[in-house]
Amino acid sequence: MKGLSDVYLQQLKTSLAAMLQYRASLVIWLIGNILEPLIYLVVWSTVSRSSGGSVGGFAEKDFAAYYIALLLVNQVTYTWVMYEFDYRVRQGTFSSALLHPVHPIHSDIADNISSKVVSFPFVLAAAAALSAIFHPAFRTTAVTVAFFIPALALAFLVRFLVEWTAALAAFWTTRVNAINQIYFISALFLSGQIAPLSLLPPPLRVVAMFLPFRWTIGFPIELILGRLTRAQILTGLAVQVVWLLAALALLRILWRASVRKYSAVGA
Amino acid sequence: MRFLKLWLVYLRVGVMGEVAYRANFLLHLLESALELGTALAGLAIIFSHTATLGGWRPDELVALVGVYFLVGGVIGLVIQPSMEQLTEAVHDGTLDFTLTKPEDAQLLVSVWRVEIWKLTDVLMGFVVIVISLARLGERVGIREAAAFAAAILAGGVIVYSFWMILATSAFWLVRVENILVIFQSVYEAGRWPVSIYPGWLRFALRFLVPVAFAITVPAQALAGRLTWQALLGAVLFAAALFTAARVIWRMGIRHYSGASS
Repeated sequence: MKGLSDVYLQQLKTSLAAMLQYRASLVIWLIGNILEPLIYLVVWSTVSRSSGGSVGGFAEKDFAAYYIALLLVNQVTYTWVMYEFDYRVRQGTFSSALLHPVHPIHSDIADNISSKVVSFPFVLAAAAALSAIFHPAFRTTAVTVAFFIPALALAFLVRFLVEWTAALAAFWTTRVNAINQIYFISALFLSGQIAPLSLLPPPLRVVAMFLPFRWTIGFPIELILGRLTRAQILTGLAVQVVWLLAALALLRILWRASVRKYSAVGA
Repeated sequence: MRFLKLWLVYLRVGVMGEVAYRANFLLHLLESALELGTALAGLAIIFSHTATLGGWRPDELVALVGVYFLVGGVIGLVIQPSMEQLTEAVHDGTLDFTLTKPEDAQLLVSVWRVEIWKLTDVLMGFVVIVISLARLGERVGIREAAAFAAAILAGGVIVYSFWMILATSAFWLVRVENILVIFQSVYEAGRWPVSIYPGWLRFALRFLVPVAFAITVPAQALAGRLTWQALLGAVLFAAALFTAARVIWRMGIRHYSGASS
């Protein structure tokens, strides 16, 4: 265990240094991540205004709260491994990582966390600015916060493991772009990004219950907004734990098979 | 017409470079179709809760999505790749060769790389516009069509000039390719009519990153809700920005001294 914590510490240091070196990419990333929830916030606020102030239980202020919470939850759970794996396998940079004595997922987790440490103050500032503009209605209590923290941690782990596992597709085909696109479109609709899940048509809502997307974004948001009953919260946490275990198992199996399959395409 | 001939040469080069990978065409078609499907499904969800969005009816917003794809396709087809190549050429000094050519250098660098697969987006956008026109029916007459042609031309010139100015700043600044990426991420905001955004954002989308002129204004023309004053404003803005791009390019060329050998 001592060895692993050393790995994390060292990786945190290197990624922090790299992050501060490439500040411009940080700014680009921030603009993209802030703009998207802002667009949907505006769209749904417009819809709610033209429907007499409320759509499906969401008034304008509720949409503001929903999408500001989405900005923060997405900031915590976001990963970019699916883009990076394609590059890694094609360019062959993964070859050396495979020789390391520790599982490469650890350096990815450390990398992910350190980048979020750097960007978090900016996202928080953006959330504060959006709050000043759109006056969100948060109905957050101490109890919801107490449930929110484990829900958010689980959401991060589930999303990271699921996307890391999905990224392994790069080992099997050099054309992962289409696969990634299908994944991101599913996430857009089923995680609660394009609209709060309760506004989706019923069939989609049912599908969302059985896929991981909702549990990585929509669930923690609804929780912190105080839109869930105690029973729904407990069920949600249980579903998250089930997904965590399932993702871990799947990752183990697919990782072994993928490494055996590995061949770098680039030089 | 010299411009068109020149561009066809570059287009041919682009096609020759890519025909070896024909399977890519299907893949890109699939990606475009998925993206379009996503946009339309998003509209379907929104319009299941409301009849109009900021005064826009469903068919009109579909037309806007078509314009979004058409303009985005043209940007991806020639503007973005050419401008990225320009910033690279300034960095590594290969622009020297271009400057010695007998053709106008700005013209050359504006079209010198073609990403032919983006034709799928252009095609898709065109089809969507035609379909939405059919659904909008007789409300689109000659006047609307002419206004649309003028508006989309002005929008195209504005977007081109904007990219040109940004890419030209590579003569003075070192890392402009990042700014170019920012445009791509802000472009997404243009998938919705800019009138729904709060004032400060609307201003930014008109003048800082002019996606409003490229997408909302032409779509307004199709929907028959574009005033002639607004159209005139777009045309004048296009002329001003185009001139500015030309002037800045000239200054950049004078400033340029091959950075590397």
